[in-house]
Amino acid sequence: MKTMRSAGWEWLIAQRWLLPVLIAVGFVLAFAIPEYNLFNKYIQLVMMYVGINIILTVSLNLVNGYMGEFSLAHAGFMAVGAYTAALLTQKVLPVAAYPGLFPLAVLAGGLAAAALGLIVAVPSFKVRGDYLAIITLAFLMIVKSVIENIDAIGGPRGIPGIKKLTTLPWVFFWTVVSVWVVRNFVYSKYGRGVLAIREDEIASDLMSVNTQRVKFLAFMVSSFFAGIAGGLFAHVLQFISPRVFDIIKTTDVLIMVYLGGIASIGGSILGATVYTVLLELLRPSTVAAMLAWLPAMVFDPLNEYFIRHLGVWRMVIMPLALVLVMLYWPRGIMGLREFRWFIPRRDLDAHRHDAHGGSHGAARGR
Amino acid sequence: MSEGIVYWLQQTLNALQLGSIYALIALGYTMVYGILTMINFAHGDVFMVGAFFCFLAAVYLGLPFVPTLLLTMLGAALLGAMIERLAYKPLRHAPRVSAIITALGVGIFLENFTLALAPYPKNIPALLENVTWDLGGVSLSSLQVIIIFLSLGLMFLLDYVVHRTPVGMAMRAISWDKTFVPLMGVPLDLIISVTFAIGAGLAGAAGTMYALAYPVIDPYMGIMVGWKAFISAVVGGIGNIRGAMIGAFILGGVEIMVTAFFPSTYRDFVAFTLLMLLIVVRPYGILGQPRTQKV
Amino acid sequence: MALLAAAKVKHYFGGLCAVADFNLELQAGELVGIIGPNGAGKTTIFNLITGVYRASEGSIRLRDVELVGKTPHQITALRVGRTFQNIRLFRDLSVLDNVRIAHYAQVRYSPLEALLHLGRYRREEERIIENSRRLLSIFKLEHLAGETAKNLPYGSQRRLEIARALAIDPELLLLDEPAAGMNPNEIDQLMEFIQWIRREFKLTILLIEHQMKLVMGICERIKVLDFGETLAEGPPEAIQNDPKVLEAYLGEGPVG
Repeated sequence: MKTMRSAGWEWLIAQRWLLPVLIAVGFVLAFAIPEYNLFNKYIQLVMMYVGINIILTVSLNLVNGYMGEFSLAHAGFMAVGAYTAALLTQKVLPVAAYPGLFPLAVLAGGLAAAALGLIVAVPSFKVRGDYLAIITLAFLMIVKSVIENIDAIGGPRGIPGIKKLTTLPWVFFWTVVSVWVVRNFVYSKYGRGVLAIREDEIASDLMSVNTQRVKFLAFMVSSFFAGIAGGLFAHVLQFISPRVFDIIKTTDVLIMVYLGGIASIGGSILGATVYTVLLELLRPSTVAAMLAWLPAMVFDPLNEYFIRHLGVWRMVIMPLALVLVMLYWPRGIMGLREFRWFIPRRDLDAHRHDAHGGSHGAARGR
Repeated sequence: MSEGIVYWLQQTLNALQLGSIYALIALGYTMVYGILTMINFAHGDVFMVGAFFCFLAAVYLGLPFVPTLLLTMLGAALLGAMIERLAYKPLRHAPRVSAIITALGVGIFLENFTLALAPYPKNIPALLENVTWDLGGVSLSSLQVIIIFLSLGLMFLLDYVVHRTPVGMAMRAISWDKTFVPLMGVPLDLIISVTFAIGAGLAGAAGTMYALAYPVIDPYMGIMVGWKAFISAVVGGIGNIRGAMIGAFILGGVEIMVTAFFPSTYRDFVAFTLLMLLIVVRPYGILGQPRTQKV
Repeated sequence: MALLAAAKVKHYFGGLCAVADFNLELQAGELVGIIGPNGAGKTTIFNLITGVYRASEGSIRLRDVELVGKTPHQITALRVGRTFQNIRLFRDLSVLDNVRIAHYAQVRYSPLEALLHLGRYRREEERIIENSRRLLSIFKLEHLAGETAKNLPYGSQRRLEIARALAIDPELLLLDEPAAGMNPNEIDQLMEFIQWIRREFKLTILLIEHQMKLVMGICERIKVLDFGETLAEGPPEAIQNDPKVLEAYLGEGPVG
C-alpha cells in the first residue's frame, strides 16, 4: 500500500521537466555564488573540484563501465588536455591579450586528448581485459615521460603560474555538457553497441555492430572529456607537472567510477561527489572548523589526539571505507542502475509492460 | 678484457640484480592471477611492507641477515594471507572489477598506514658485509651475488613446489577449474590462502633485498616497482610462472640497457614503449596463451 | 544466380582439417538442412559464412559479393542473420535491447547526431523501437520487453534469439540447432514456425539440426557432413535411404 510519502516521491520523479529547471537554477547559482560570495572561497574551490571530478568519472565510466574494459590511461588524457590548454593560455595566445580565449583553450585541450584517444583505441581491437590494461598503463607512462623530457614545456618541473581562469560557471557548464553528451552516447546505437561489446563482442559483431567504430567513438568521447577536465584543472590549480598526472591520479578516478557504480551516469556523479567531498571533509582544518563549537575542554584533546593527525590518517580511513563499500556493494553504489531522469522518455516507454524491470536501459530508476 | 665486454658484463649483472627483484614480485602477481584471475594490486605494497619489516627486524630487533630475511618473509606471508581472507575472499563471486578496486584500496591503505607510522624515509643498516671483487674490470659485489643467487634459489624452490609437490599440484588444478576440483577433496580456501602467502613471502624477500641494495626505503616505493613487476608478469604471459620470471628479467634488462644508451629521464619512456610494442606483437605475453572462445 | 554459393571451401585449425571441400548452392527461397554427427564441421561452416573465421581456401559468395575476407558485421550488414548452437543473447541487457542492437547497421544517423540527439536521431530511434516491438509481438515476447534476457525461460530465449536475427532484415537466415532441448510438441510448433517465417519474411534458410523429425519434415534438401566432408546431398527421401548416411549415424531421433 503506497503511503502518501512514497506517492509524493513517485510523483516528483515523474516530473521530467524538473531536470532542466534544476540545471537552470544551477547555472544561476554558479554565477551567483562567486559573485556574492554565498559560500566561502574554500567551498567554492571544492565545488569546482567536484565538477571536474564528475567530468573525469563520467567519461571514464564510458570505457571502463559501459564497455567493460579496464583502461588506466585516463590521467594521460587529462595531462594532454591540461598541458595543451595551459600552453595556449600562457605562451601561444596569452590570455592577457585574448581574454575570451580560455574556453577555446580548454576545447583545444579536449580535442588534443581525443586525438590521442584514437591511438589507444587501436590496440583495443585485438586485445581485451588485462592486456589492454597494460597497454593503457604503458600509454600513461609514455605521456608522462614525454612531457618530462621536453624542457620547452617545463619538463619535470612543470608549468607554474597558470592564470586562474576556471570559474564555477565554466565548471558547471562543462559538467552539464559532459554528462549530457555521455548520456546521449549511451542511449544511442553506439551506446547499445558498447553494452553489446561488453556482453559478447563476437555476438555483437555478428549482430551488425561495427565494433571498431564503436570502440573508436567510445575512446574518443572518453578522452575528449578527460582533456576538458584537464584544461579546467590546470586553470584552477594554477600549476601542473608530470607528477600530477600519474597512476595515482588514474587510481583516484578509477575509485570514483567503481565506487559510484559502473555503467551508471548517476552513479558517476554520486561517486565523484562523495569521494571528493569526503576527502575534503576529512581534512584536519575542515573537521576542526566543523567541531569548533565544542567546548574547549572537549575540543582541545580531540584536536590534539585525533584531528591533527587526520592529515595522514584520512588517507588510511578513506581506502578502508572504500574496501567496506566494495564488500557490501560490489558493483558500486549504483552499479548498472540509473536515475530515471537520465533515461530518455522514449527508452522508458519502450520498456513498458515489464514485470520487474531489467538492468540497463529498462524502466527502473530512483 | 676489452672495455666493451667489461661494460656489457657490468650491465648484465645490474640487469640480473634488478630482474631478480622484479621476478620475485612478479611471481606473486602471476600466481594469484593464475588461481583467481585477479590482479592483486596491493601486491606491490606488500613488497614495500616487507622492506619495512626488514627495517624493523634489523633496527629494532637488531637481528642479523638470515633471521631478518626469514622474519620478513614470514611477516609478509601472513600479511598476504590475511588480506586475502579479509578483503578478497568475500568478493570471490563478485564481478572482477570489485576485487580489483578493493585491491587498490588495500594498497592505498598499506601505503598511508605505513606513512602514518613512519613519516620519514628510513635507512637500513648494512646487514651483510659488502665485499667488492674486481674481475678484469667488472666490479662484482657480494651483495649482488647474494641477491641474484638467493632470488634464483627461491624461484627454483617455487618451481619445485608448484610442479612437484601435492600442494603445487592442487594450486595448478584449482587454476584450471574452481568448481569441481574442490569436490575431489582439494581444500579450496586453504590452497588459495597458501598461494597468496607464498606470493607475499616472495615479495617480502624482494623487499629485504631491495632494502639492502638501495638502503633508503619509503612508503611509496612499492607503487612503481609493483606496476613494473605487474607488467613483467603480463609480458611473460600472466598466469604463467616461468613466464613471470622471463618477463621480469626482460624488463630488468630493458631498463638497464635503456639507461646505458639514453639519458636517465628517457628510461621509463623507452622501456614502456618497447613493452607496449611487445604486447602488441604478442598480445598474450611470451608464454601466455589466448583463452580461445568457442563460437 | 544463386543466393549463396560456397565453392571448394576448406578450413584448417592449425593442422586439423575441420572442413574439406565444401560446396553448396542455395537458391533464393530454399530451405536447406545440414546434418551430421557432432564435430562434423557444421557450425564451423556457419562461422565461415558469417566471417568469424576466414576460410583457409575457397570462396563463399552472396550473389556476386565475395564474403571470404569480410568482417562479421560487414557480412551481417549484407543481410545474413544467424542464431547460435548455445544461445548467445546479451544476457544482462533487456529483451528489447537485444533486438534493438541488431538494428545497428540499419540505423542512419551520424556520431554527431547521436552525441547531440539531433537531426535524424529521434526519427530513427522511434523507427527502431517500433520495429523491435513489432518483432517481439510476432514472437509473443512483447510483454517481456523490459525483462532481462537471462531471466527468460529457455524456450523464450530461443525465440528471442530468432527475433534478434530477424531484426537484421535478413535475406539469408542461418539457424544453428533451433530445436535443441525441445520436446516433440514444441518441435512440431517450431516446424510450422520456420515455414511461416520463411513465407512471411521471404527468407532463404539454412539450418543445422540433429532432430531428424524436423529436418526430414521441412527441409527441401539435406546435406550430410562427417569429419568435414560431404557424405551425401539430396532430398529427404534420398538421404533417409542412403546407406552411407545410415551407416554414419542415423538414429539420433524419430525419423519421418
